[in-house]
Amino acid sequence: MTLDEFLGSTAAAERDGLARIERAADADALDAARNELLGRKSGRITELMKTLPSLPPEARRDAGAAVNRAKQALEGALEARRAALAASAPPPPTADLTMPARHGWRGAKHPVTLVIEEIAEIFRELGFTIATGPEAEHEWYNFAALNFPPEHPAMDMHDTLYLDEGALLRTHTSPVQVRTLQSYPPPIRILAPGNVYRRDFFDPSHAPAFAQVEGLAVDEGITFVDFKGTLTHFANRFFGATRTRFRPSYFPFTEPSAEMDVQCRICGGSGVTAAGPCGPCKGTGWMEILGSGMVHPAVLEAAGLDSERYTGWAFGMGPGRIALQRYGIPDIRILYDSDMRFLEQFAP
Amino acid sequence: MNASYAWLQSIVPTSLTAEELRDLITARCCTVDELVRLREDLRDVVVGLVVEAARHPDSDHLWVTRVDAGRGELLDVVCGAPNVRAGRKYPFAPAGSTLPGGLKLEKRKIRGALSNGMLCSARELGLSDEHGGILELETAAAPGTPFLAAVPVGDVRIVIDVTPNRPDLLSHLGIAREIAAATGAPLALPPVPGAEAVRVPQPERAARTATAGGIDVVLDDPAGCPRYMGVVVRGVTVRPSPDWLAQRIGAVGGRPINNVVDITNYLLHELGQPMHAFDAARLAGSTVVIRKARAGEKLLTLDGVERTLDESMTVIADRDRAVAIAGVMGGAESEVGESTTDVFLEVAHFDPSAVRRARRALGLSTDASYRFERGVDPDLPPRALARAVEMLVALAGGRVDGAPVDLYPSPRERTRIVLRPARVARVLGVKLDAGEIADLLGSVGFVCERSGAELAVEVPGWRPDVTLEVDLIEEVARLRGYDSFPDEVRPFRPGTVPDSPVEVATRRVRERLVGLGLLEARPLPFVAGGAEGWVRVANPIAENESYLRRSVVETLARRTEHNLAHMNRDVRLFEVGSAFLPSTGALPREELRVGAVVMGHRRPPHWTEVRPPDYDEWDAKGLGEEIARAGFPGAQVELLPADPASGALWAIMVDGEPRGEVRRVTLDAPVWAAPAFGVELTLLDIESEVVAAPGESRYVSPGARVLRQAPVLRYRPLPSTPAAEFDLALLVPNDMPAARVEEVLRRGGGELLERVTLFDEYRGDSVPAGFRSLAWRLTFRHPERTLREKEIAGRREKLLRTLEGELGVRQRTT
Repeated sequence: MTLDEFLGSTAAAERDGLARIERAADADALDAARNELLGRKSGRITELMKTLPSLPPEARRDAGAAVNRAKQALEGALEARRAALAASAPPPPTADLTMPARHGWRGAKHPVTLVIEEIAEIFRELGFTIATGPEAEHEWYNFAALNFPPEHPAMDMHDTLYLDEGALLRTHTSPVQVRTLQSYPPPIRILAPGNVYRRDFFDPSHAPAFAQVEGLAVDEGITFVDFKGTLTHFANRFFGATRTRFRPSYFPFTEPSAEMDVQCRICGGSGVTAAGPCGPCKGTGWMEILGSGMVHPAVLEAAGLDSERYTGWAFGMGPGRIALQRYGIPDIRILYDSDMRFLEQFAP
Repeated sequence: MNASYAWLQSIVPTSLTAEELRDLITARCCTVDELVRLREDLRDVVVGLVVEAARHPDSDHLWVTRVDAGRGELLDVVCGAPNVRAGRKYPFAPAGSTLPGGLKLEKRKIRGALSNGMLCSARELGLSDEHGGILELETAAAPGTPFLAAVPVGDVRIVIDVTPNRPDLLSHLGIAREIAAATGAPLALPPVPGAEAVRVPQPERAARTATAGGIDVVLDDPAGCPRYMGVVVRGVTVRPSPDWLAQRIGAVGGRPINNVVDITNYLLHELGQPMHAFDAARLAGSTVVIRKARAGEKLLTLDGVERTLDESMTVIADRDRAVAIAGVMGGAESEVGESTTDVFLEVAHFDPSAVRRARRALGLSTDASYRFERGVDPDLPPRALARAVEMLVALAGGRVDGAPVDLYPSPRERTRIVLRPARVARVLGVKLDAGEIADLLGSVGFVCERSGAELAVEVPGWRPDVTLEVDLIEEVARLRGYDSFPDEVRPFRPGTVPDSPVEVATRRVRERLVGLGLLEARPLPFVAGGAEGWVRVANPIAENESYLRRSVVETLARRTEHNLAHMNRDVRLFEVGSAFLPSTGALPREELRVGAVVMGHRRPPHWTEVRPPDYDEWDAKGLGEEIARAGFPGAQVELLPADPASGALWAIMVDGEPRGEVRRVTLDAPVWAAPAFGVELTLLDIESEVVAAPGESRYVSPGARVLRQAPVLRYRPLPSTPAAEFDLALLVPNDMPAARVEEVLRRGGGELLERVTLFDEYRGDSVPAGFRSLAWRLTFRHPERTLREKEIAGRREKLLRTLEGELGVRQRTT
């Protein structure tokens, strides 16, 4: 074979091969094409390479280079075609797509946290920020600064856990009111969530420590109307459109003092259910949600504010109680047990 | 406070039902907790109409009747009463119901005739002793109507949660006053039956001593007892009270004792004035002294307990010894009993805080102490005493001996307060004119006088809680009705307070941990603790958990055990909360901590992986890093091997400071439990210093007390040149930390070294004893050009030389 003949055969083999590869419709056809062109025994390129030694020595280099180029071109084409076929191939028929997906563990916030966050979200829209204070507190902040008279029956409402002389576990989040008023000038609009402590034994509706959310607004010109309006707005946002009711109450640190009720969601406000008097609202048709009132002038004065110039309102509510109602939890102790099966229910 | 509906109606007659009164009292005064129907035992009894009545065929005194009980069919009922008539209505107890006293009625045959229930007499219903016949009802109510709805026999107890500021509501008169103000109905105490002719002599006012009916009264402790009235009634007959009085006492939850004692209890509930009756014959020396108790003085009180008194307590004493603890409880020896004929009646005003101290010291709360502590009207004793004498004479016989005494050394001035209508508007947000304000206050006994634009308000004696202008403003709002004020969100100015660092840090960490698949716990922070290192609660709820936790993991470990006890083997709990550490200051040191405990499967089982691996220490180390990064964004976080003596695995270093640790958690766990790991990190110190002295403020500068934010990130250009990488498998002595080798690699790699990753540890046949093979992948990149093969090889050689030179570490050869 002359060099020219060899180059001609090589070019033809390459041309035919490329066409053949292009036509291969599936992996089998492609394998057949590879075998026909590059098969170790009888591939056309392999055969050509076997004839190289029979060429004249001066022709061998060019011939070798040409056949190598052809081989590389064909290998490249095979690879490209295989990739193209693989891309358009249907998924392997073995997969059952109804099988469950793979997940990591799902995390969750505590239901009391969920309630606090929801409360905070509504008040944030009304310009409130979050303030906090210590749980181990000075007696003055917990009582005297909040206008609790010493040796007064009002103290009986707060069965206190004491740490030391003048030191206690705060019985409410209201100390944050005074701390905040001493630290920042009005206007004040804060929410103070946190844990509080009472010397109460565990039972289905009492716990020795529980969460509370305090709210405080102090500025010039704040009135009872703002107070009622803001809390009613909150109740409508939090509970969905509902009726509210404000009742007289007593807290040493607010005056006028009020408790806010919303219509009972269990009996719809009628006070009765099919099973008789409505249990959750004790047949009154109302659920107590929060204690509140206009900030007592003595509290403003204790924090160094002029109570003639500034007025304000405050409230405190128990997100734990709300969580029990909202999620239908029958016993407050479940909130503290930290049972995985309970907490997992609150995963988003 | 237990109030009786019927009793209230006797003072202020209205057309309101018990439910309507409940709503009125709740809206204007204090919350009514519940209504208790006192004749619930008559719940099953209905109005029955006798349609036919015929003689029983086999009896000469029985009737066979057909009764309409509103069931759509007539019931056969056998009746033995002589007065049964067709066309009349009687109380009917159907078969299946239970009568007062517990008699359960059943369908039965009486001399061959079936009876489906019983027509009842007044005695059978517990209404009176009348048993001459069945009770004929004059009612328009339809057959089947509940008896209690048709006949006004069932009094209703109204249970009111009276707030500490409203002692006036601890009496029927006080509640009736509010009802009268709300409804306009007249307010008057009902006359005492049989007392029309009783004349009560005018009391004799004195300062410290006087004589009443032969008994010398000496007021020795006017601080503990600002006012003391007494009267002697001789020749009484002690016997059971009449029905009406006994019923009143029962209606408010009391137990009738005898006429004299019941009268004092009746007036306590009617007027709110506690009083005490002594057997005058038992008062040694015919003397009553109001004095401080002597140290160690003993008194056997009415409840049969011997009590030891101290000098802080005020007592009533005779010549020899204490006979009553002022305002709290009387003594047993001077108690009025069947043999009593002469009564010394005390009607006094005791100091609220003195009574409170004594009550607390003795652990003895009574109806009397409850009222004195909250404040009884000092003007009330004369009126209460007169009514008590009327009742004693009318119901127990006897006669008043001499004039009552009234020791009142410093009569109280009524409180007068200036009320500015402009201030009312500023607080309440609604303009009310002075006339309307005066009318509202006047309706419950405040006396208002106009004085220019202001009102001068005199506070009635029964409202000791009202001392300030703002107290009157509350009264105005309450009497006008809270619901009468509009619900408007009015314009507001934004506040000056930034979010607290505690809140910001908590939120960051909580979000991250929830994202990592952990569950938030909010357990109690009380632990078993120990004398050293824990903060103790002085009056703990439980002695075995009398300390405050000093780490969050400490409480989570107990919660983990709770889960294991419930067969929850996979536990992933966290909490962000306070830990308390002893300090030398007034308060414990309080830190905001995050704690997490993980154990069991690292991920949920899946059909591709039935038994996922358990959490191990490397998961815990990673969790520690995640938590620290979330809590301290932008800070340098390193986990260093902890001092083995500490029991921890790693110390969490944030910007070079130790802030927490990762450890194995020791649990009281069943054998099948997987190993548990805990992470604890201190986020910040919670400020608990006093901000400023009482009455002062110390404003923080803007921007202070804001949690440090992460430094702003700077963009790094994306690489435009290819990276070159090679692996190094090194023989590292077992006691040489990988971190040390890695540090040499980083330093020796030069500035083009982009990344160093430890990807394999191997110990096996080909590795000499005392060594392990650690393999790192090193990635190099030149920012502007492709690195040449020769350059990479050069670096590799240089690194190997440095490693050998500095650490003696060589490449592993295969």
